[in-house]
Amino acid sequence: MTEPVIGRFRFMDAQRVNLDGFAVEDPSLGLVAFDAPTDPMPCLVIRDGVVEEMDGKERAEFDLIDQFIADHGLDLSAADEAMALDELDFARMIVDLGVSRAELIRLAAGMTPAKLARCLSHLRPAELTLALTKCRARRTPSNQAHVTNRSDDPLLLAADAATAAAFGFREIETTVPVLGDAPSNAIAVSVGAAVGSPGILVQCSVEEALELQMGMRGLVSYAETVSLYGTEQIFIDGDDTPWSKAFLTSAYASRGIKMRVTSGGGAEALMGSAEGKSMFYLEARCVALARAIGAQGVQNGGIDSASVAGAVPSGVRSLMAENLMVMLRNLESCTGNDALMSESDVRRTSRTHPIFIGGTDFICSGFGSIQRYDNMFGPSQWNAEDIDDYLAMQRDWGVDGGLRTASEPEVARLRERAVAAVRAVYDALGLADFDDAWAAQAIDAAGSKDVPAADLMTPLGASRIIMDAGITMLDVVAALDEAGFEAEAERLLDMLRVRVAGDYLQTAAIYTEDMRVLSLVTDPNDYAGPGTGYAPSAARQQQIDGIRQARSVDDLRHEQQAFVRDDLIVVGPAQASTDPRDVVIGVSPATGLAIGRTLCGLTTVEAIEELLAGLEEEGCVGRIVRINDTIDLGLIGLTAARMAGSGIGIGLQAKGTALIHRRDLTPLANLELYSVAPTLTRAAYRQLGINAGRHAKGSTPEPQRNPYSDEAIEARYHTTVVSLVAIERQCCRPRSEPEQLLLHGRPA
Amino acid sequence: MTQARSGRQVDEVTLDAVRRGEVAADDVRIHPHTLLHQAQVAQDHANPQLAANFRRAAELALLDDAQVMATYEALRPGRSAYADLVAIADDLQHRGAVLNAALVREAADAYRARGLLT
Repeated sequence: MTEPVIGRFRFMDAQRVNLDGFAVEDPSLGLVAFDAPTDPMPCLVIRDGVVEEMDGKERAEFDLIDQFIADHGLDLSAADEAMALDELDFARMIVDLGVSRAELIRLAAGMTPAKLARCLSHLRPAELTLALTKCRARRTPSNQAHVTNRSDDPLLLAADAATAAAFGFREIETTVPVLGDAPSNAIAVSVGAAVGSPGILVQCSVEEALELQMGMRGLVSYAETVSLYGTEQIFIDGDDTPWSKAFLTSAYASRGIKMRVTSGGGAEALMGSAEGKSMFYLEARCVALARAIGAQGVQNGGIDSASVAGAVPSGVRSLMAENLMVMLRNLESCTGNDALMSESDVRRTSRTHPIFIGGTDFICSGFGSIQRYDNMFGPSQWNAEDIDDYLAMQRDWGVDGGLRTASEPEVARLRERAVAAVRAVYDALGLADFDDAWAAQAIDAAGSKDVPAADLMTPLGASRIIMDAGITMLDVVAALDEAGFEAEAERLLDMLRVRVAGDYLQTAAIYTEDMRVLSLVTDPNDYAGPGTGYAPSAARQQQIDGIRQARSVDDLRHEQQAFVRDDLIVVGPAQASTDPRDVVIGVSPATGLAIGRTLCGLTTVEAIEELLAGLEEEGCVGRIVRINDTIDLGLIGLTAARMAGSGIGIGLQAKGTALIHRRDLTPLANLELYSVAPTLTRAAYRQLGINAGRHAKGSTPEPQRNPYSDEAIEARYHTTVVSLVAIERQCCRPRSEPEQLLLHGRPA
Repeated sequence: MTQARSGRQVDEVTLDAVRRGEVAADDVRIHPHTLLHQAQVAQDHANPQLAANFRRAAELALLDDAQVMATYEALRPGRSAYADLVAIADDLQHRGAVLNAALVREAADAYRARGLLT
């Protein structure tokens, strides 16, 4: 692009959103979200119980994906009815609250990939949002965290896993920058998660065979990075086939390990083999295949290719429609919001938001609970930088996005214990020794850059011993127990015992903190309109609402009390003066009693001192009078002016807002108003005093400009203002007289 | 009460038992019967494919880790000749893993048709 000629466009080009790539639709490259010209028309021909033709291909032309779906993925008994449905009619059924989820599931099972894709392409964003609420498998929404770091530091992994658990994540996914570190990461994260909470599912995303091996040893409790692709070529490039994936799926189940697959629109385009098909159609094949191979769930919605989908028109909508498709195939939906899809905070929030308010089995299939730079999957859509934003969003909408506030003392305690637990395990199993400096840094760290003591060879050495010695999670349990971490040993043993029961193999299973399984089976989604479906319990709502930053009037009153001193002494009822040099500083009812600090951080007394000094510079005498019967600043200023010998008064609220008034004006028509109290300074109050003095002498000073700010001043201070005004109101006594005050015993 | 693959009841797998060194890997492995039960649950919840997966898994639950890993590896693209896959299927059949045997035979034919054999 050439440099814009006019400033407005140079300015716009410099905004962060313009770091994103935006592609012109190009179906030949797969750069189209919905309905590529070469997407097949849906069709299904069944003869003698065998699919002979599907989505524009005869059986003889089937590729591996077609064949597996045709032979395993469809409910042929529902096929005639489902394939005959008008696509728009089915789209309407999805948002029709009179049509049950069960009925949609039954019909979708008889639909080919092309059919279901065309149905869902009719849904608008608001309809998709409602559909997620209705169609997800599990009633209770949840969320998944990434816990990784640049150095595979076991102590930091454990501390961060415990922290993620404290913030409410029920699944934790780790991975490695160095493949050889994987077993060490799996143990460190599992131990840390167990310190944080019972029932956290843990996975370590690595190459398929190694991941399975770690699962068999109990080192991880679920698997997710089992990738499916929508074209045969990319599938094979991924070193698998539908049959090997189906076998792998059963292999996990055979060891009682939960597993979901990974797919996502744009992957085929990114890898250069989309066969001219739309992203959504190819994803429809992946989702149908996921069901066909017997996986219980899918993470999709772009994942690593989310930004490819985001680059084309309606791409973000297609990512959300992918999630819905998973739900309609009656599978667990882990809804992307994983890899960062935009440099723009606005765009990435926009991409997540409808999914967040709709609610899914896992809102993020990887919320980066660590800082962006430590995320070895690459930065996530949501990261440690955004946890408080996310908690505020939950509170704003009253929505359960799976997270909760964690207090600093609690997180400090958990991090310390997680680090101690991993040190004990690594020591007992002969995996590594950690020195105290490393441990202390890991406990305190906000990220791996804060742990210079970490030794990069430690996880590699530990991993070799784990693999060579055949260490299993049972060994970890025993080591924890021996070192005095009995509760954590019990929790990890629980995660092994639940494999025996197999209940968490069912669709969309998670464990609660008291080790109850929530799944399609035990916690089925029963949404059927307002007043039905999931609603947070009172206790859960309290977690959502009670973010640590919330302040009550009592909190504010307590904080203010620390700044209230006896500098302002009442000397008696205030009188009118006839001295032409007399300027009255009228202060609000709470001044010096309940409120001692203004919004800009100066004490109220400091503000008054500057006003007095400014008046003195102009040869005037300031007199302090507390106006007790109103909290309205205009009236305070006017009352002060009417008592002043000069006819000029200054009105000052305890929170710092100030004005200059004159006795002959109406309450709202003041001479100068200093309305943005948080931005005021000592100099501003001094100038206010000077200007008031000049008015008293009959001249017309140049009014002070309110300082400019592009900050969200109102967002920062309005809640405080509401509390401060409430305190003023409590101090206000109607029909009571103004009182003359003395500052530091200084004569009035 | 749920029985582990070893035959032990899961509520006997306690931390005390771990302390006494009395918990083996098979005490925390799922029993094929449990997988068949989970298959029925999945079937009852409108997912026959998940049920089929659990039935295949019930067969694999009896195989050792190395054999499971080796079969997975053989099924990856370009790893096996047609005869290799048939031999694996026969072996699985012989061990009672008939559903998995069928899956491997199906793969052998599909791979031959699409040129994925060695």
